[in-house]
Amino acid sequence: MSAPGSAPGSASQGLARRSRWRVAEIIFWLLAFAAVFLPPGKHLLLNEVAILALFALSLDLILGYAGIISLGHAAFFGTGAYAAGLLCKLVTPDPLVGMAAAVVAAAFMGFVTSFLVLRGTDLTRLMVTLGVALVLHEVANALPQWTGGADGLQGMAVGPLLGHFDFDLYGRTAYAYSLTTLFVLFLLARRIVYSPFGLSLMAIRRNTLRASALGVPVNRRLVAVYTLAAAYAGAAGALLAQTTAYVSLEVLEFQRSADVLLALIIGGAGWLYGGVAGAILFKFLHDTLSSSSPQFWMFWMGLFLVVLALVGRERLGGGVRGLLARARR
Amino acid sequence: MATILFDGVAYGMLLFVLACGLAVTLGLMNFVNLAHGAFAMAGGYVTVLLMDRAGWPFLACLPAAFLVAAAIGLVLERTLYRHMYGRSHLDQVLFSIGLVFMAVAITDFLMGSSQRNIRLPEWLQGRREILGVNVGIYRSFLIVLCGALAVGLQAGLLRTRFGSRLRAAVDDARVARGLGIPVSLVFATTFAVGSGLAGLGGALGVELLGLDPYFPLKFMIYFLIVVTVGGTSGIMGPFVASMLLGVADVAGKYYLSSALGGFVIYVVLIIVLVLRPNGLFARAR
Repeated sequence: MSAPGSAPGSASQGLARRSRWRVAEIIFWLLAFAAVFLPPGKHLLLNEVAILALFALSLDLILGYAGIISLGHAAFFGTGAYAAGLLCKLVTPDPLVGMAAAVVAAAFMGFVTSFLVLRGTDLTRLMVTLGVALVLHEVANALPQWTGGADGLQGMAVGPLLGHFDFDLYGRTAYAYSLTTLFVLFLLARRIVYSPFGLSLMAIRRNTLRASALGVPVNRRLVAVYTLAAAYAGAAGALLAQTTAYVSLEVLEFQRSADVLLALIIGGAGWLYGGVAGAILFKFLHDTLSSSSPQFWMFWMGLFLVVLALVGRERLGGGVRGLLARARR
Repeated sequence: MATILFDGVAYGMLLFVLACGLAVTLGLMNFVNLAHGAFAMAGGYVTVLLMDRAGWPFLACLPAAFLVAAAIGLVLERTLYRHMYGRSHLDQVLFSIGLVFMAVAITDFLMGSSQRNIRLPEWLQGRREILGVNVGIYRSFLIVLCGALAVGLQAGLLRTRFGSRLRAAVDDARVARGLGIPVSLVFATTFAVGSGLAGLGGALGVELLGLDPYFPLKFMIYFLIVVTVGGTSGIMGPFVASMLLGVADVAGKYYLSSALGGFVIYVVLIIVLVLRPNGLFARAR
């Protein structure tokens, strides 16, 4: 935030200052890439973390920056997953082509449905996004000749990445692929968020009426960011489909939309690393807690949410982000 | 045809009793309570336990289900929900989803994950031919009971002193407080009654909807549809919406495949909400 009464041009200076790379960030990404060379064993889990992180990043773009509550973000995840899966099965096994197709398909779906979330209150948006995901779930369920229905889309033979790297059983290639995709898309999101476009999104979230009074084309910005977030979610879906060589109806289920919301909330919305941090915590907690019993996990997750909501996300400073800020002080 | 309509109406009536508590908290008090189904589940399990373990008759279980769910609702309202009224919708969503998760986990732990059933008394079982229409006796029972409840609720909201106090508290809590209306007491009572009705609906619905620990998640969407499509004008909007939903669901699943039946409902939901974001029967503002 710039001081009141500062000279014109300070907004762009402020953006430049905020977008500067910090040492901790660089270390984090170096560590993440170094994990590719760990001995095999944890790569499958790490792959899931990277996919969830990308998915949460996508939700953060609309929830944390533009303030659109979505309970149906799995719609775009699933669209991407099925697009990548079908392309692999019917056209070409090349994963990068599949990824491109998934992104385009999900972005298209996001563009079309974005007009539905422009109007109405939080509650209306909640229901409409939920409804869109449910409709897609029903459609996928009703077209077993395409999607495999409840059995899932089987028989995907994903080709080697870049013609060289086969997807192995231990998930090393898978993790490297997912992490690279996450990193590239993260860089893009970072660029977007710290641009005037990103600032205008935050203005819309804070106060839609004032933003439009300032000349921000609210609806066009919302359509743009919703489409972008859908494309991101589609990329995450494609990653899941390609690295597991399987797509089931689960990619469109409510549980997936809820999980990604939880992951983002744990990490802290409106912060690019919120999705990444949340995904790491969420997956490792899930892995630890649900190994004894799935109900156990559900109970603690629920308790965490209730406490978080009661105490206030602001006071806790949005989960991890607050902890980091407190540690720095 | 007539039988499907009849079954749909019975189903809709049941949905109305289940969702009318949410119509008040979400529709009138503007609190996004995704955990509403948990109270219904509590009522359902109370009925199952009392009938199986204690051998209570079905009819005696219904008030018990109402009272237990209402008591849970009252306690939770006083301890937790009260703090969430003024918060953002996102906070309310997180809070109530958390409650749902806890309810599911606790129920699963205590009761096991299997589907539970009850044995209806003899006189409620079977079907009968009335005026050439084949109707289920239990469904007729549902229609009569839930219809009476709907009329009673509408009268209670419009005609009684408590109803007008509630409407005043909802319209403007500060002014209502200034006029000496005990707003938080009114809200707590309303919340308890709404939860109790959900519990009653849960007890009545064991036969039709089934009962397992995932009940609150499975039917959450239906309750939300009833309230958002019905709008926030009071009880009548959600009543009409649940009738429509019930008939559409039963007919859709009968005439189309069961998968497409769900499809129709969700598409209608989206269209209604896009055209009328505040529901079919929005309050004129």
